Amino acid sequence: MLKITMKNTALMLLAGTVLALPLLSSSVSAQNDPIASRKAVMKSVGGAMRDPGQMMRGQAPFDLAKVKASLETFVEASGKMSALYPKGSETGGETTASPKIWEAKADFDARLVKFGADAKEALGSITDEASFKANFPKVGQNCGSCHETYRIEKK
Amino acid sequence: MSKRLVLSGLVAALLCGVAGFWLLTAPSVWHAVRGSVPVATGPARLENGQTLFWAGGCASCHATPDQDDRLRLGGGRALPTPFGTFRVPNLSSDTRDGIGAWSELTFIAAMREGVSPDGRHYYPAFPYTSYALMNDQDLVDLLAFLKTLPPVSGRIADHDLPFPFSFRRGLGLWKWLNLGGVSYQPQTGQSDLWNRGAYLVNGPGHCAECHSPRDVMGGIRTPLRLSGGPDPEGGAGYIPNLTSHPSGLAKWTAEDVAEFLKTGFTPDFDSAGGSMASVIKNMGHLEDADRMAIATYLKSLPPLPSNKPAKKTP
Repeated sequence: MLKITMKNTALMLLAGTVLALPLLSSSVSAQNDPIASRKAVMKSVGGAMRDPGQMMRGQAPFDLAKVKASLETFVEASGKMSALYPKGSETGGETTASPKIWEAKADFDARLVKFGADAKEALGSITDEASFKANFPKVGQNCGSCHETYRIEKK
Repeated sequence: MSKRLVLSGLVAALLCGVAGFWLLTAPSVWHAVRGSVPVATGPARLENGQTLFWAGGCASCHATPDQDDRLRLGGGRALPTPFGTFRVPNLSSDTRDGIGAWSELTFIAAMREGVSPDGRHYYPAFPYTSYALMNDQDLVDLLAFLKTLPPVSGRIADHDLPFPFSFRRGLGLWKWLNLGGVSYQPQTGQSDLWNRGAYLVNGPGHCAECHSPRDVMGGIRTPLRLSGGPDPEGGAGYIPNLTSHPSGLAKWTAEDVAEFLKTGFTPDFDSAGGSMASVIKNMGHLEDADRMAIATYLKSLPPLPSNKPAKKTP
């Protein structure tokens, strides 16, 4: 058995710190690196689309709690997004953000607001599987309609 | 030999060259050699015309920019390409500025042979090399549907291309290399679903126009068809490989492809962007069976590696 000694504790603390360092540094760099941050937020949206997406396709059973959790993620992400496209972050980091974002920031922001509003509305209107199938696609369509104008192909 | 004889020989050779070029690039000569006389067609079926309108993606280029009505086909969109900037013409039913006064034969000549009503070559930014595979009845149906859409007035200015691309007549040579002239012939060993998919992908859907690499002349590199290619609209991105190679659709099921065409979501629930998002808006109007036909055909394509250039390491 491992004795909890001063030495062991110190070692564990050290190991823990070393392990946590990359996590810390990545979260710090995310704050200073809008491209990495907005990629992370977009990934959270894509990740949250999986559960309801599979339910829409009949690949997973309907689960209201999961749908609501995903919608909450969309609401949260839509609120964070606008600030993550500051001037000066147009290029770099293999961004697939279109330069059009900075030519039409007001329209871009309005689409984010609409995405959040549609998700919020769906939180109220989706109560069972039928209302989910009827109302969820409207939320998902925000992805494509915004990407059409403001996302470019990967290099 | 006298100087005079040499000179007249040179002049004669030059004249032959000019005459040869003139003949070789004449739309009428192409038509006589490769063209076909449209076969008698039945009355137009508007519903089928509407299906082909969405399958053909007409709205993606011809809809008036900066407004949401995809049935308002006033044209005017600028397409920046490596050859110059193309301006999309008015496809609305306006009889003066659009195609409202076109006959079926005029429309078939445009779609199958890339020839305008005044007998000039169209640039292949208008993907007639694909539309040429459409059958006569489908073209008649499509024209009839287009004529039901609202007229929009306003003639669009000509393209803005540098020489030599500004020389339209030269396209006659390009057509000999890149335009077949025979409509799609179903393959007997394949299912109806597969044949429908092959028709939609290679004909109206014109998928290969973006999803294939091109040669220096701007023609599709046939052996590498549908294996992806640089963005022909001049963007820096790379258009994905549609064959069943690991760099393409290997991991996608046919259902995944059909679902993507309906909603724009990949199997990983990423969402298409750029021109493909616009294509999804068209494909979303098709019947499930047509999307499944496209998926079935694409999934049957032999795997070809993508020619995507390796990423530069920073």
